[in-house]
Amino acid sequence: MTLPAQKAAAWAEAQRLLGHLRERGAEEVEAAILQPAAELLDLYGEDIRARAFVTQDPLRGEMMLRPDFTVPVVRMHMEAGLDPARYAYAGEVFRRQEVDDPQRPSEYLQVGFELFGGRDPAEADAEVFAALASALPDLPLRAAMGDIGLILAAVDGLSTTPTRKAALRRHVWRPRRFRALLDRHAGRVPLPEGRAALLAVADPFIDTGPEIGMRTRAEIEARLQQLREEALAPPLPPEEVAVIDALLSLAAPVPAALDTLRDLERDAPGLGPALYRLERRVEALERRGIALGDIAFEGSFGRTTLEYYDGFVFGLFAAARPDLPPVATGGRYDALTRVLGRGRVVPAVGGVIRPELVVQLRGGA
Amino acid sequence: MTLRLGLPSKGRLMEDAFGWFAARGINLGRAGSEREYAAQSDWDGLEPVLLSAGEIPRELEAGRIHLGVTGSDLVREKVAAWADRVEELAPMGFGQADVVIAVPRFWVDVETLDDLDAACAAFRRAHGHRLRIATKYHRLTRDFLRGHGVADYVLVDSQGATEGVVRGETAEAISDITSTGETLRANGLKVLAEGLIHASQATLFLSRTAPWGAPERAALERLRERLGL
Repeated sequence: MTLPAQKAAAWAEAQRLLGHLRERGAEEVEAAILQPAAELLDLYGEDIRARAFVTQDPLRGEMMLRPDFTVPVVRMHMEAGLDPARYAYAGEVFRRQEVDDPQRPSEYLQVGFELFGGRDPAEADAEVFAALASALPDLPLRAAMGDIGLILAAVDGLSTTPTRKAALRRHVWRPRRFRALLDRHAGRVPLPEGRAALLAVADPFIDTGPEIGMRTRAEIEARLQQLREEALAPPLPPEEVAVIDALLSLAAPVPAALDTLRDLERDAPGLGPALYRLERRVEALERRGIALGDIAFEGSFGRTTLEYYDGFVFGLFAAARPDLPPVATGGRYDALTRVLGRGRVVPAVGGVIRPELVVQLRGGA
Repeated sequence: MTLRLGLPSKGRLMEDAFGWFAARGINLGRAGSEREYAAQSDWDGLEPVLLSAGEIPRELEAGRIHLGVTGSDLVREKVAAWADRVEELAPMGFGQADVVIAVPRFWVDVETLDDLDAACAAFRRAHGHRLRIATKYHRLTRDFLRGHGVADYVLVDSQGATEGVVRGETAEAISDITSTGETLRANGLKVLAEGLIHASQATLFLSRTAPWGAPERAALERLRERLGL
């Protein structure tokens, strides 16, 4: 296919998908391509600079070519505030790519569906998954799901200090640092060199140079105090670390994964509420006719995406093309609405489909 | 057929590069006056081109020169997916300097990346904005910190006198290049124990994107033989 023909086919598919979502009650919305960078940077941190195109507007300062629609749609919803509300959209998103891979374009279409509010999160999760999966009945897709809420619950259930739990929660989306913290709190790695001496010395600030910069001496003293408390806290019990390891390495069809999780819950009752929510979600999916035996549950699914999913996460993949990015992805992001709503939380779940990939898979290319 | 070789156009780096080739039997030198950026070679098939060291990565990436001498830090910083576009033929043993993360010495609680990350989190809570790290090495620093899972920082651009920004309160920490650490120390800063981002040195690079026909490949073979590579 020529480039204009490819574009036309992708846009036609986007329109078809939009129609499918409108039939499910979604109102079509738009978002500006140029988005203020400050808010996205504050939300996602420096990582977003590596993934999004940043440009300079002479009057409005730093702007980003929208890396996705989620943030502008959430902001729009928080201002309008219907409950429940269903939105659909279609348009280009822009991602910086550092690797020259034709399967990782820097500009592509996204068609999305976002559901805000509603009384039953399990039903809302199932509705979004079913809306996207049913849009692509003709493609051989493999589905996978996970639940960031289970990981957060496992962390909250640890018998350790609030400081350690907060540090682990903060790094659920950064597997390497999460692992380093877990090892440290489990007493598997020695203290950094000189740390014991530093915490024991009466005045640690002798011959340490001028007090420069905005981080104050009081802040450093507060952290030293925290490190002293940390040094006294007992290590994480190995059986609790084992529960987290088992959860993160879990990969099985949904029914078998539920059995494993119920076993884990016997050792870690803190998983209870999150597991109950997962079971309710699975029932809701079943009522919508989703074949659960065909869906993989992966304990670590969604941990390497930008950190806004905090519950249900899912992806649809081309079964015969593991080299392609996911055809559809989505999840629940209540925490993002809390940040953007300045404390006001709206339950939110959504997902996107990539029309170019759909066209490519249909064409057998 | 001649191979175009990009060389730093002035200073110590240029002298050392000439010396490196001379030690391997290839005499390079400036042509004409001191002010003229032209060069010559006594090795048949090699055309030296004098360029600013900072431009050599771009010229290699674009394939306008076949070979180039520049700091390994500059190639990693300026060329996306650098290993796909250029090849390191030889580390040359001069121009050594380290790209490091440095923080105020009086941050006695911060020695490791773990500590830096914890300080970032607490700083953001206390000040309402992310901890700022001043640098000209945006890509190297971001990749390094992301690889180690450090969060809640933001990079701010600093193209010179970076060691002074903490005192000036335009950043809380820096990521910069240093050979002895003297300037860092003089400015009340220390290198983190795990803060080595890249140990840089002058390196002979080959451009994978330059035109490599049979004559160029033959010329390269001859050159490699002479240089003992």
